[in-house]
Amino acid sequence: MSTSTSTSTPTATAAVQPAKRHRTYHRDRNGPIFWVGMVILALVFIVPILWMYLTAFRTQADTRQVPLNIIPEELTLDAFRVIFSDATNPVLIWAVNSVVAATLHSVIVLVVASMAAYALARMPFKGRGMVFAVIIATLFVPGFIFLMPNYLLMSSLGWLDTVLALAVPTAAGAFSVFFLRQFFLALPRELEESALIDGANTWQILTRIILPVSKSALITLGMLSFLTNWNEFVWPVFVLFSPERLTLPAGLSSLNGAFDTNYPVVMAGATIASVPVLILYVFVQRYIIEGVATSGLKG
Amino acid sequence: MTTATGAAALVEQQTMASGTGPGRPLRLYHPLTPYLLCAPYIVLLLMFVLGPGVFGIWVSLHDWDFMLPEKPFIGMDNYVALFDPQSVIYEQFWHGMKATTIFTVASVPFLVIIPLLVAMLLNRKFRFRAVFRAMIFAPFVLGIAVVGVLFNYLLDTQFGLINYIIGLVGIPAIAWTQTQPAAWVGLVGMTVWWTMGFNTIIYMAGLQDIPGEQYEAGELDGAGRWGSFLHITLPGLRNVLVFIVTTTVLASANMFGQSYLVTNGGPGDSTRTAIMVMTQEGLRSFKMGTASAMSYMLAIFLGIVSFIIFFLMRERTPKR
Repeated sequence: MSTSTSTSTPTATAAVQPAKRHRTYHRDRNGPIFWVGMVILALVFIVPILWMYLTAFRTQADTRQVPLNIIPEELTLDAFRVIFSDATNPVLIWAVNSVVAATLHSVIVLVVASMAAYALARMPFKGRGMVFAVIIATLFVPGFIFLMPNYLLMSSLGWLDTVLALAVPTAAGAFSVFFLRQFFLALPRELEESALIDGANTWQILTRIILPVSKSALITLGMLSFLTNWNEFVWPVFVLFSPERLTLPAGLSSLNGAFDTNYPVVMAGATIASVPVLILYVFVQRYIIEGVATSGLKG
Repeated sequence: MTTATGAAALVEQQTMASGTGPGRPLRLYHPLTPYLLCAPYIVLLLMFVLGPGVFGIWVSLHDWDFMLPEKPFIGMDNYVALFDPQSVIYEQFWHGMKATTIFTVASVPFLVIIPLLVAMLLNRKFRFRAVFRAMIFAPFVLGIAVVGVLFNYLLDTQFGLINYIIGLVGIPAIAWTQTQPAAWVGLVGMTVWWTMGFNTIIYMAGLQDIPGEQYEAGELDGAGRWGSFLHITLPGLRNVLVFIVTTTVLASANMFGQSYLVTNGGPGDSTRTAIMVMTQEGLRSFKMGTASAMSYMLAIFLGIVSFIIFFLMRERTPKR
């Protein structure tokens, strides 16, 4: 909780953290072995990603040389031309679908969870304990339980093969309510009490006072929801089937099957699926990492 | 419905208690307000979590073929079939369970130990610490589809980068997706690469919660690095460890995308995991009853495993 409250702004976090994490027991200098180790470790994580992007700009022939050709002979947009003109694998439409699904999902999560979390954090009401207990209990239920019944539900709602099947059911996840409730509990009550004296109603307090001061938590939750939904794989693979209805992850699976020997094309698809989230990640990585750290500390 | 009756009862209570009499906390909202605020979420929860959770049990008690109009009630037959060696599904189900178990047993130790070591390294003070932390976490934001097709390429026997790199140190090319145990090594390796950033971040948060004074006191008592790791770090991380082991076991048991995208369940059916068997049965062959029964059985197994982990890791506390 203290972790999330400290992330009021990225710059503030950057300034505050080194002081907060001051450790007297690690005063020792880090020798060259440490740095070599760290650099190798970083390369292990970064090189495959860079390799994916590099491959996307190669020719197919260039990727099929033995021994492997590390430096490309030429850089080309051929792979992108192929996927942008392939009617059975409309990658750009998948990208639009992914953006729509993930955005819709995040908006639903933020609106629904902040309302419920505020009531659970601040308003004593009959049944609150039970509601909260049920929410916590669902955190421990494995998601695959819901695959079959939710598929049948999507079918009867007519949501199969639509963006709604992707955006809505997972918005019922308990994490968002739990996360925001913890954040709201840590806010000082004086904020609301002064507004109450000024005659503000609950909705005004929530939208004009609580939500603005919770900006960092909302950004974190919004980003985590967006990323999770963007990367969703099992569910879209089965509930979406029309080529023009797929999201990027489900589409990549189809692309991988259709172009199994044309690595530049598949890597170009993977590039389109990963660049948006990596750019997002670069800008908001503090929110994401702090959010993940907070999620773990509940345990 | 329970919400509505509860609300009615509360209205009665609060008509007397409402207002801002002296000594009462400020409560200037309508007694129904909290219910209204919770309502949208509760509707979602009932529709997509609690309802389906119960409905799935109902489905599992039927011969529920999505494509057929008749879905006869058959009691526990779907469950019995999973334990009957004569049934068609027995072989597939247990094969999937075995593959999932192999994957879980092979991946969890790496996913528990390596991130701890990395987190301890990253917990030192050094320049660009945040950059290194961000790099190690980066694969996790990619998602399994990207990671899957990427490793499908990296693990290619002829044209893959991994065989090229191990070739540089003289190791002959390995047919990662066509032979065992290489296929498991590849799948476990890519999973460690993909998800270890998550566990690392959690460990780092846990390490930062251990007060530095404990290490100072340890130093004064003459504890070396190993001693302070054993007697300060590990006990200080107990809850974090329980969390990491449990979530990692659950995540490994959910393994699907790696096998689906890289090995396609092969070589043979050796990497066809329980989730693959379940989704194939329920969402491709549309035998929803059998698949639901499988999902509940797997959930029960996971519940038992989680309980054992909790029990084992809790037990040691009083001994210290």
